[in-house]
Amino acid sequence: MTLLRTHRTTATVIVFVLAYVVIKALNLAGILNAYYIQLIVLAGINIVMTVSLGMVNGFTGQFSIGHAGFMAVGAYTSAMITTVWLHTSTANPWVGYPVFIVAILAGGLLAAAAGYLVGAPSLRLKGDYLAIVTLSANELIRTVIRVTEVLGGPRGLGGIPKFTTLEVVFVFAIVSVVLMRNYLFSSHGRSMKAVRDSEIAAESTGVNTTRQKVFVFVFSAFFAGVSGGVFAHLLQFIHPDNFSFMKSLEYLIYLYVGGSTSISGAIVGPAIFTLLPELMRGLQAWRLVIYPLILILTMIFRTEGIMGLKEFSFILIPQRQRKEVSA
Amino acid sequence: MGQFLQQLINGIQIGSIYALIALGYTMVYGIVRLINFAHADIFMFGAYMGFFLAPIMAKVFGGAFVPTIIAAMLITGLLGFIMEKLAYRPLRYKSRLSALITALGVSIFLENFCAMDFVLFGVHFVFGPTYRKFPDLIVAKNIPIPGNLGLNISNVLLLDVGVSVILMVLLFWFVNKTLIGKQMRAVAFDKPTASLMGINIDVVISTAFIVGPALAGAGGILYGTTYGMLASPFLGIWPGLKAFIAAVLGGIGNIPGAVLGAYIMGISEAFATSVNSNLGYGMAFAILIGILLIRPSGLLGKFMPEKV
Repeated sequence: MTLLRTHRTTATVIVFVLAYVVIKALNLAGILNAYYIQLIVLAGINIVMTVSLGMVNGFTGQFSIGHAGFMAVGAYTSAMITTVWLHTSTANPWVGYPVFIVAILAGGLLAAAAGYLVGAPSLRLKGDYLAIVTLSANELIRTVIRVTEVLGGPRGLGGIPKFTTLEVVFVFAIVSVVLMRNYLFSSHGRSMKAVRDSEIAAESTGVNTTRQKVFVFVFSAFFAGVSGGVFAHLLQFIHPDNFSFMKSLEYLIYLYVGGSTSISGAIVGPAIFTLLPELMRGLQAWRLVIYPLILILTMIFRTEGIMGLKEFSFILIPQRQRKEVSA
Repeated sequence: MGQFLQQLINGIQIGSIYALIALGYTMVYGIVRLINFAHADIFMFGAYMGFFLAPIMAKVFGGAFVPTIIAAMLITGLLGFIMEKLAYRPLRYKSRLSALITALGVSIFLENFCAMDFVLFGVHFVFGPTYRKFPDLIVAKNIPIPGNLGLNISNVLLLDVGVSVILMVLLFWFVNKTLIGKQMRAVAFDKPTASLMGINIDVVISTAFIVGPALAGAGGILYGTTYGMLASPFLGIWPGLKAFIAAVLGGIGNIPGAVLGAYIMGISEAFATSVNSNLGYGMAFAILIGILLIRPSGLLGKFMPEKV
């Protein structure tokens, strides 16, 4: 399994664990209060969302703009399982957490199924069709949730137990980012980049481009669904409008400002943008005016985003091991 | 039967508005191969211009409709021109994806900027996030159709269809009979070669970005007149999306195709909505998936195989 070659991921995991230790220490020392911890947890979810979006948009060269729709599928599925059907609570973690994990995975699988339904017809075609299909799918999913009474309809779904803690998000982010990174550095990842750089050349060298694109899209929708589940168990209340097209646009902004063709970029972008509002607290209301301006200016003056093609060294496969991988 | 005809008439009315928006999408796509996501927001901007200008125009000219629609078209045309100049032109020779992302950025910027309520240089920008009543540009009247089918046609409907048909005829004349129209077709066909023949690409692209948004601005005025209210600066998203699907349905880049697609969208939506209001939304998506599966180049579009 290319996804699970743990010996190549030590550095990545160590950096994430160090980040956790530092944040936890600052929290215990009283420097970071609960509000900041909440922001960091949110940043963790946004990082997974952005990396998964980057797999489709940056590494495969497609243009998906409805990622929040899959997040909604995951969020609602997992919340229905934990809250409405099984009535779990955080009171008994030995029962609660296994149910939570099963629920978010179920959410991910359902989101992946939705991803297949959306991706299969539109990814066969070359061109900008995927953009418009994903956009419509996003709004369609939201409309369906709005009119479905079982899901709370326009009132939203509340009373979700708060399973998402700092620790949960760190484990979730490490596992997801490492899985996606290993996929991107595998032979599949190289086929994805080939599809991005020239679909015709990729096809003529034996890459099944449609299959590759659909698989990446489904894989990415899966992670969006799982993030949605984690997100729902953080907010404890979800509403269809949380997952509107605007939400998808936020992830696009994070991704393209950070740098879409680099995993590090997809980590840096959401980290900056989630913590940025803190630096300009007075401009909170102007957030959605300033973000798109930053996006436009990035596109004009630094099209490749902050990180460009560069990766942090802890993301890359160590040089020594890279030989055995390619062998 | 009466019910059927009534829905057909309603569909033609909505279709006329969609057609005006879809023409802008298709023209811009035909020339620069860019889905101009901000087009829907230009439509919204046009509708709000109607809201602001109508009282002034009524005072100055006596009648409100014709001066308002012309003024709104001029303003949205100018907005399109500025948008292309500032946001898209610097990216013209970069990857197509970056222009697409910029278009999305422009779209979110316009929506959220217009949703703000603020005072700048002493001018109160009051698009605001709130619901607004659109001024009555004409007095709405129902004209019953003789016969026992119980059909009703309002004068607003006649106005919608009439104005869009006039504008479409003008556009066909512009594209097919004028020199700049000929240049536009040449650029859409083959940009580098057109450039070698001495056509100024910049002028042609700017023209497309003026004419398309001007039509969307006219669509905005008709939208306001038809529905009588402006919900929020985000009102352009759904009509814009449907108009875009209409353009894809007709064959993106193809001007008659956009009109045909828009009427098909409008009519199918009217029928779907008469069954269930949420079905109206689903319809657009179902049509989109249908085209992509069966005929991705659209009804009137030519399939262009990719050459290596």
